[in-house]
Amino acid sequence: MGAGHHHQLYLPGGSVVHRLPPQCKLIAVFAFAVVVVATPRERFWAFAAYAVLLGVVAALARVPATYIVRRMVIEVPFVLFAFLIPVIGLGERVTVLGLSLSVPGLWAAWNILAKATLGVAASILLAATTEPRVILIGAQRLRLPSLLVQIAMFMLRYMDVIMDEMRRMRVARESRGFEARNFRHIPVIARSAGALFIRSYERGERVHLAMLSRGYSGQMPIIHDMSASVPQWGTALALPAVALAVLGLGL
Amino acid sequence: MNSLEVSQLAYAYPDGTQALFGVDLSISRAERVALLGPNGAGKTTLVMHLNGILTAGHGTVTVAGTPVRKDTLKEVRQRVGLVFQDPDDQLFMPTVRDDVAFGPANAGVRGEELDRVVKGALERVGMLEAMDRPPHHLSFGQRRRVAVATVLAMEPEILVLDEPSSNLDPAARRELAEILRSLDVTVLMVTHDLPYALELCERSLILSDGVIAADGPTRELLADADLLARHRLELPYGFAIPAV
Repeated sequence: MGAGHHHQLYLPGGSVVHRLPPQCKLIAVFAFAVVVVATPRERFWAFAAYAVLLGVVAALARVPATYIVRRMVIEVPFVLFAFLIPVIGLGERVTVLGLSLSVPGLWAAWNILAKATLGVAASILLAATTEPRVILIGAQRLRLPSLLVQIAMFMLRYMDVIMDEMRRMRVARESRGFEARNFRHIPVIARSAGALFIRSYERGERVHLAMLSRGYSGQMPIIHDMSASVPQWGTALALPAVALAVLGLGL
Repeated sequence: MNSLEVSQLAYAYPDGTQALFGVDLSISRAERVALLGPNGAGKTTLVMHLNGILTAGHGTVTVAGTPVRKDTLKEVRQRVGLVFQDPDDQLFMPTVRDDVAFGPANAGVRGEELDRVVKGALERVGMLEAMDRPPHHLSFGQRRRVAVATVLAMEPEILVLDEPSSNLDPAARRELAEILRSLDVTVLMVTHDLPYALELCERSLILSDGVIAADGPTRELLADADLLARHRLELPYGFAIPAV
């Protein structure tokens, strides 16, 4: 729970991929994901080609493969779910290593696994090459609702402050001999959570006052001029464009 | 023209608690004044009136000739720089640079001019090298200095600091004092840290029970033990006002 906990996805660097404006990268990843999802599941070679494409982007961005693989653990719950489908699935069955598996279930599992893995890998690449706050600037440029962008921005800024407050409350509980061991201790934890909520709410009010004091009028001022040039859009969109071409080859 | 003019200011909170009972004070340009008072004297309530976060129930506040009213809020907030007690409340942007830029950007400053203003403000508090760091990676003293810079960037007429020395270690406290002395702006410092008031401000006001109970040279006020005792103010143990 140390400082900078939520920045561990970002890998500082100065590569082409790092330098692209965030809005270009967001659109590129989104479009790539759409192409991947639209690919028929029987087309194994297309998925292989997409993986190669991501490999090229990772190489350009100098993001090591181990870096990506280690962060893929976020996908584990989906993988477990995907493994369950062939076991509980209906329809025609095959026997693999003594296990009776459903054929449509196997296809469904492969479909989820392949597409989710590619999508997660692309998102990890985005996060590894773009600082969280810069992603939000990109979202702002893409005209995402300003309120949502501001909420995300404050979450980013105050996560550590609130975590710290939470840690202090835990220390205060434990220094008075409390240790959460079983169900009967839940009310105590719940009350702490409630207190934390109220403290955060009050902090929100104070932050709002501080913002008003410096001329805030509902809109975040534009501080960084992050406009993207046509070549930059071209570079970023090369990823989904090539993926689309691969998909088109098979038609 | 005075930087700040408050006359007959009274205020009651919505729940009926009366906090200010007719405050009168005036501060001339480039003066550094301490506003002293025990907890609950109405110091923070008074401060909230200076840039129109709270609006007077009765009386007026005038900043450099501009009365604080609904239609002048924008201008007044540009002129009154409020530095809050907790820098985590004041520094809400992802980096120091963005935070210092927030005020001027709201006033319409853009591009290179914005960059120049931000660097200038950070230089004045000695925090230029922290420009691209997130505020939560700075020490408490550094955060307070950046908080001062966020307000300086707006080139205010008067700087209002709420308990500037709270939670600072002795070195950070001295560094902040040096910075405040080096600025040529009007300063109103709200505090119950009496030695800090003596160090930085020639003149002090005592706010007690919602009125200005005393107004005079800091040294004279702090030497008057009866006056301090009447308003729940005390010098720290072992501290004596050195003879003039």
